[in-house]
Amino acid sequence: MYVNILGEVANFLNNIFHRMLATRALRLIGKRAISTSVCVRGGHGVAKVEDYTLPAYFDKREEPLPDICYVQTLSPEQKSLKEKEMGSWASLSNDEKIALYRISFKESFAEMNHPTSEWKSVVAGMFFLIGFTGFVVLWQRKYVYGAVPHTFDPEYKAKELQRMLDMRINPVEGFSANWDYENKQWKK
Amino acid sequence: MSLQKPLMRGMLGKRLRFHLPIAFSLSLLAAIAFKYAVTEPRKQAYADFYKQYDATKEFNAMREAGIFESVRPSEE
Repeated sequence: MYVNILGEVANFLNNIFHRMLATRALRLIGKRAISTSVCVRGGHGVAKVEDYTLPAYFDKREEPLPDICYVQTLSPEQKSLKEKEMGSWASLSNDEKIALYRISFKESFAEMNHPTSEWKSVVAGMFFLIGFTGFVVLWQRKYVYGAVPHTFDPEYKAKELQRMLDMRINPVEGFSANWDYENKQWKK
Repeated sequence: MSLQKPLMRGMLGKRLRFHLPIAFSLSLLAAIAFKYAVTEPRKQAYADFYKQYDATKEFNAMREAGIFESVRPSEE
């Protein structure tokens, strides 16, 4: 039904086209006819309309109806098909309906949403860069960082451990619960 | 051709009717499992520990180890 209204609007606009200087209204018919019409400002001539300023076609799941039809210049068969579309749609065959769809749209929803294998490249890149980061870290350890504090010496650490056991750190379920105070060793 | 008309409405309701009971029951299960696997054994461990706990003995052991600043180890 949307396409039928387009047809009627296109007919209407074609009749008054030469009187129209404002070109944005033509967006309704989904054609890029703007590029051929004239923007006259104070008699100084034509402002060149850049291609990128015109509405473009995008296949997007979130925006199901793009600004313009996919096929802008129709072949003679497509033109005659468009004429036939103005009549009763019941008379269109299934192939003709599909042909009309393909004029307006590039890919169907199934095609545009089809999964790609891009994620494999992404994951591969992730692993590679993480691996490279490992090299960077190793280099840093060797050439950038200084010595650790004296509190990391094994003797110091042993003294720390003894003090924790003396203080009965977590005697119920945790640290000191695993130490056998009678036999001065870790519980088996 | 004539495709079947696709699902137009009620998708959120359908999803919720399916997933919410599962979500609630799994959460409840997780809570019950945590209670009986973690908190109950922990309560029992504390009860058992303090049943045989002699505070004075422990204090004296700690004092001899020399960790306190208010009481020194008993010099002989």
